[in-house]
Amino acid sequence: MLTLTCPNCGVAACETELAAGGEAHLKRYGPGSTDEQFEEYMFMRPNVKGVHFERWRHAAGCGKWFLAARDTATLEVFGTYSAQTTEPPANIIDAIKAKRPDWSQS
Amino acid sequence: MRKYSAFAVAREALRHHKGWERAWTSPEPKASYDVVIVGAGGHGLATAYYLGKNFGITNVAVIEKGWLGGGNTGRNTTIIRSNYLQDPSAAIYEKSRSLYETLSQDLNYNIMFSPRGVIMLAQTHHEVRGYIRTAHANALQGVDTRFIDKHEVKKLVPIMNIEGPRYPVLGGLWQPRGGTARHDAVAWGYARACSDMGMHIIQQTEVTGVRREGGAVSGVETTRGFIGCKKLGIVVAGHSGVVAEMAGFRLPLESVPLQALVSEPIKPCMDVVVMANTVHGYLSQSDKGEMVIGGGTDSHNNYTQRGSFHHIEETVRALIETFPMLSRLKMLRQWGGIVDVTGDRSPILSKTPVDGVFINCGWGTGGFKAIPGSGWGFAELMAKGHSPLTAEFGMDRFKEGRFIDESVAAGVAH
Repeated sequence: MLTLTCPNCGVAACETELAAGGEAHLKRYGPGSTDEQFEEYMFMRPNVKGVHFERWRHAAGCGKWFLAARDTATLEVFGTYSAQTTEPPANIIDAIKAKRPDWSQS
Repeated sequence: MRKYSAFAVAREALRHHKGWERAWTSPEPKASYDVVIVGAGGHGLATAYYLGKNFGITNVAVIEKGWLGGGNTGRNTTIIRSNYLQDPSAAIYEKSRSLYETLSQDLNYNIMFSPRGVIMLAQTHHEVRGYIRTAHANALQGVDTRFIDKHEVKKLVPIMNIEGPRYPVLGGLWQPRGGTARHDAVAWGYARACSDMGMHIIQQTEVTGVRREGGAVSGVETTRGFIGCKKLGIVVAGHSGVVAEMAGFRLPLESVPLQALVSEPIKPCMDVVVMANTVHGYLSQSDKGEMVIGGGTDSHNNYTQRGSFHHIEETVRALIETFPMLSRLKMLRQWGGIVDVTGDRSPILSKTPVDGVFINCGWGTGGFKAIPGSGWGFAELMAKGHSPLTAEFGMDRFKEGRFIDESVAAGVAH
């Protein structure tokens, strides 16, 4: 079972306590944007088989959102971090590179 | 190819079964083909078959990373139905169901199609209203379904407890012509018929790249070298995003595992298929006597072909209330298949930004039932550039806001 440590309350939460929120760090588009930009934001996903940055909500715990880096092929978790950021922090990138030397952030 | 028949069985019985041929050949790949299909699952093989049968295109190779029918074709719960709300969905799924009726004769291969009837249980008032609406829509679409009350449900499925405290049965959407088929046999039957037309089925060969020249496809790089083609069909389900990236475009898809499990074999106790969408439980009894149970999908993207255990627990917990006798059964096997889900839960059968490349994906949690119809429509699209069956399923519909919104229609993945 997938276990993620909530960075907001520090609890190591199992999957049944959490609600998945899809891919993280999406660029949002608002009024005046083109159809292509809305399509990109709402539907297009790299759907990677490998390192994936994603949103989670500690639904049956503190109720707050956070972000996680996880491998979608092995379910290995590299770390969790605050949702108040637009890109993965350096310590998460280092943790991924320590285990996946060939990985590069696209 | 020698025909399978009662006479053939008698003939072989008299000579120690030494005359059976291999069902399909395993040739070395040629340098190029008119059409290359990536993915020898049901949809890929059906596409190749109808390219040959309906359009006379037989210079075709079907390339498969593993073994044919070894992905989702061999992992589903074999349910066949066409009781969809939206017109484009009803058209392609009903075409598919009607092709299944005569597929054994068409392929000369027993796919064991069993039109035993499918009930979708209504366990909330929302579902009752939704299914009555679907039954009306189906009447207009020419799909044979009707809404039945809980007493009729009980008559069809005596082992069901319709008065459960948590999930009472209020009625159901009944499609008497729905049913099941042997899923491996569908892939094997198509493969044998394709091979008989001279097509090449190339297994254990992974596509590693898509070569383009001037915006059009010229072939695929594989683990057994370069194979040229004029047209390329990508039919790889859960890994569609991976192959699309090689061809240089992206897809509105996310991949999740969908789970299933089977019980020990027991005596015949249920002769219809029952679907309980509220609790994500799908139940039928196989010819061997196993209770085949389909569960839900994981909430988070992954490619593990395993699935989270708590989804199995939720499904079984709910099914036990509706089918109390299941609580005494041992479960033999559990597995997951990677399903590719689109934003509107409807498939994509489409041209792509690369000339000559076509994609068939996004069947999500309900692709098996669509195999013949999907192959029929996709073959027409690849051969002629247009098909009435696939016209509404283009990949541009997300940009244009022209959804075929079965997720809203069904209330769940379907």
